[in-house]
Amino acid sequence: MSDRALHILVIDANRIRASIIEEGLKEAGQARVTVIDEAKGLMRRIVELDPDVIVIDLESPNRDALEHMFQVSRAAKRPVAMFVDRTDDASIEAAIDAGVSAYVVDGLKKERIKPILDTAIRRFRAFERLRQELDQARSELSERKRIERAKGILMRTRGLSEESAYALLRSTAMQQNKRIAEIAESLITAARLLGEEEGI
Amino acid sequence: MMRSARSSDPNLVRMGFMPLTDCAPVVAASLLGFAEAEGLRVNLTKEASWATLRDRIAVRHLDAAHMLAPMPIAACLGLTPLPDRLIVPLMLGFGGNTITVSRALWADLKAAGAPTRLEASGTARALAEVAARRRREGAPKLVFAVVHHHSAHTYQLSYWLAAASILPNVEIDIVAVPPPLMPSALAAGQIDGFCAGEPWGRVASVTGSGRCVTTNIAIWRASPEKVLGVAQDWADADPERHFRLIRAVYKAAVWCDDPANRGELARLLARPEIFDLPAEILEANLDGRIALDNGEEMQVSGFLNFSRSAATFPWKSHAAWFYSQMVRWGETKMSADGYARAQATYRPDVHRAALAPLDVPLPTANAKIEGAITAETAVPSTVGRLFLASDRFFDGGIFDPERIEDYLASQPVKADGPR
Repeated sequence: MSDRALHILVIDANRIRASIIEEGLKEAGQARVTVIDEAKGLMRRIVELDPDVIVIDLESPNRDALEHMFQVSRAAKRPVAMFVDRTDDASIEAAIDAGVSAYVVDGLKKERIKPILDTAIRRFRAFERLRQELDQARSELSERKRIERAKGILMRTRGLSEESAYALLRSTAMQQNKRIAEIAESLITAARLLGEEEGI
Repeated sequence: MMRSARSSDPNLVRMGFMPLTDCAPVVAASLLGFAEAEGLRVNLTKEASWATLRDRIAVRHLDAAHMLAPMPIAACLGLTPLPDRLIVPLMLGFGGNTITVSRALWADLKAAGAPTRLEASGTARALAEVAARRRREGAPKLVFAVVHHHSAHTYQLSYWLAAASILPNVEIDIVAVPPPLMPSALAAGQIDGFCAGEPWGRVASVTGSGRCVTTNIAIWRASPEKVLGVAQDWADADPERHFRLIRAVYKAAVWCDDPANRGELARLLARPEIFDLPAEILEANLDGRIALDNGEEMQVSGFLNFSRSAATFPWKSHAAWFYSQMVRWGETKMSADGYARAQATYRPDVHRAALAPLDVPLPTANAKIEGAITAETAVPSTVGRLFLASDRFFDGGIFDPERIEDYLASQPVKADGPR
């Protein structure tokens, strides 16, 4: 096991996340990074690529297949252990919290693997933050749409101005200790039940 | 072994499961009030793979889980990526697996004289003939799938193949495929057959990609399948809470076995967050109905048994049998220490202690000679009267947990020594 560049294989069905991880590993000076998705023939591809380290989404249903392959094909391939150091509980937990699992060829030095795993963990977390921001932006957008629609219903059925309709939604929300979007949602549902509003 | 942020609620149990019909006692205990009646609150999560479920227990994100019977043993023997201390205080039932093959392989098996009504030995003989012919003709090796390496399926399938002199992983390749993907892998020709828990065999039959050829209870009448795996330190931290969990799952298992509850259980399991499948498929599994050809069905008695005949009782001889097979296939070397650790994983003593207030008959013995009971037999029990159903192996094999080495020496096919 010389100092040659380690071959890192990133398996991820999520292409955006995979490229975020790849970029992070390359920035950290890892030259040999291969990214594959979870298409069929995955196991054969892994044998062909013969990586030193595999980074895979903890939630991937393919993990059982991967571990099985390591179990039954010990004669043909190099043994693989999971995680860098079985005694390093904190880093194992950090990896699992972040949603990363990693398989490493047995016998590789800890100092060489730890930075790879740390980078993968950071990148998984960065992706998760991005996803959450995106989800939030989407839900804010749909909340705004709902409020607009609720305002429209009030304007039509109660003959209110746009401002008064909004003020009514806001004061109701305050009285009921709820968010305006929730009040808007209830109003839309009620209007639909009463036949005031056609489906979305 | 590891730290994790713990909930401050002492009555909270975090349990994981995989979507297989025998998760029923765990799901029913959690969602139908059995845990609540014992003062427990359950946080139940569906996992994407057995590996993830195992890792989540290892870092104590989960306290207990629906697990493959050999998994906790493998963890205690250090054969898994994260060695762990897990115990098995309760079994989640016998049976419930099918061996299902592609329509193409079924045609070949029939031509080779395979029986049509799920008999294990005739089917194995036909498979040996087909495998030998393919070898002669230079056709690719057959590929069978299991759900995970450390599963009852792996050892049942290997036992069954070996009994017909087929060397697993040499003459037939064995791969792992996630259970819900088995039917599509079969349809796509990626695998020729699989051994997996229901409902996936039935899904393959219903969708036309597969034909069930035998069942795990045809291979071993009382074959243990899934277990309740519990983190040892969680159990030790509050033994009474652990007992309450065991009672909740036990009562749920008895409820699941009652034919009057099948419809309700099937609807519960059919929910999107559990299986997201039609309830009819799950009800057929619970009834033990297996699809044959042209819409014909066969009722297999005792196909899936959650609690009858002491099915929840964790026999040490079951742990010993799994250990013997791990040695047989070269995953570990036979040692007194390994044998002791494997046996210590299964806890009949904890099972009896937890269920004592329920006054139900349980075996007084911790182990038995597996394969020796050929007809319903009365056995000594804690209270009342207890009858055990047949635990016969299809090849008539007898497993004495005190004589593992003799047993291994008598097995017709084994791996070429520890690798």
